[in-house]
Amino acid sequence: MEGGVVLLDFWASMFGMRVRIALAEKEIKYEYREQDLRNKSDLLLQMNPVHKKIPVLIHNGKPICESLVQVQYIDEVWHDKAPLLPADPYKRATARFWADFVDKKMYDSGSKIWKTKGEEQEAAKKEFIENLKLLEGELGDNLYFGGEGFGYVDVALVPFYCWFYAYEQCGGFSIEAECPKLIAWVKRCMQKESVAKSLADPEKVYEFVLHLKKAYGIE
Amino acid sequence: MADSNVKVLGTWASPFVMRVRIALHLKSVGYEYVEENLLEAKSELLLKSNPVHKKVPVLIHGDKPVCESLIIVQYIDEVWTSAPSILPSDPYDRAESRFWAAYVNDKFFPALRRVLISTEEARKVAMAEILEGVVLLEEAFKKLSKGKAFFGGDNLGYVDLAVGSLLAWIKVIEKFTETEALSEAKTPSLAAWADCFSSHAAVKDVFPDVDKLVDFGMKLRAKFSKAATAAAATTTN
Repeated sequence: MEGGVVLLDFWASMFGMRVRIALAEKEIKYEYREQDLRNKSDLLLQMNPVHKKIPVLIHNGKPICESLVQVQYIDEVWHDKAPLLPADPYKRATARFWADFVDKKMYDSGSKIWKTKGEEQEAAKKEFIENLKLLEGELGDNLYFGGEGFGYVDVALVPFYCWFYAYEQCGGFSIEAECPKLIAWVKRCMQKESVAKSLADPEKVYEFVLHLKKAYGIE
Repeated sequence: MADSNVKVLGTWASPFVMRVRIALHLKSVGYEYVEENLLEAKSELLLKSNPVHKKVPVLIHGDKPVCESLIIVQYIDEVWTSAPSILPSDPYDRAESRFWAAYVNDKFFPALRRVLISTEEARKVAMAEILEGVVLLEEAFKKLSKGKAFFGGDNLGYVDLAVGSLLAWIKVIEKFTETEALSEAKTPSLAAWADCFSSHAAVKDVFPDVDKLVDFGMKLRAKFSKAATAAAATTTN
């Protein structure tokens, strides 16, 4: 493991996908180790004792935890290829702000869509779409959130796309109908090999969500 | 060095605002401080500068707003590059610093907040989390400080700002629950560090008065309890 890069991850995790995309963008060879989250490995517990969560990036035997921390680490260590954060401090602050927005809002509002029903679910759908519209506003007429080039916010957000189908099926709505510009951006991102190879199959994610609903006893 | 080009929108009680002010002090950057009134309506400037979250702190540099305390601190570190550096220079050390700052924001602070505003059962759970948390932070301090006075070594660093800004609130919940969280007995390194932090030149003028903060905390508690009771009353079936 010394000198090498190892990623402890779970196939359906949007957070893990961020790291996979960053590693692919930088053309870094690494060992992917799928984790069983119901039966956490000794290595996972040893490498992330505080949160006991994936993804965990291990570089030269040392762990780095938290997906956005990992993406920034990758960007800083392998800084000569495919920069993800811009050079200008104000643009960097803006990129960090929107990645943080994705972290604060997307996972929770998305989860509520498949975990609830009735009024609660309607409220969750509304909040989710409002958040996507704010992101659309930030994207504006740019090709990517990073401007001309694919960058940090694109990496932070695009993995959620593979969960959209599951949210739509559970919530009975169309995300593309509400946020066409965002879906156009997704399609642009999916043309990049780093993204296409890192995202999970939406059908498989939906199956997984159905399985989770059963396990949680959610109708 | 007065720089009328820099404004900070904040409130005296906010640990997040404190982080920003300490960072500016460390870099000797002059700024205009604008106190938002927490218990009244938010100012036009705040709503315009932070339309997404409508919260303090906001740093306005020229006419450009920067939001979210840790993002602002990194911005300050990157724009005003004079010593001391707030984030370490080595990528792994930076990742470790960012990890612990995220831990404070995502786990420790929400638990503090829950101790303050929850009813008895939830408060006990939250306080247990705080007591576990300070043990983690004690270990982190020993590792990151490498025998020096601060998480950042000889100087205040990113994690010092992230954790240190919560010290006054930790004192508030210690008084409220009549439980010691930081102590020479249980968290000796952190207790020593807390003294160094709160007396640091860049910190002492913005470290809130704990009695005032206790008063304010009780007002917040009452406000949130009322809201919680009202919400419960409207969900009848």
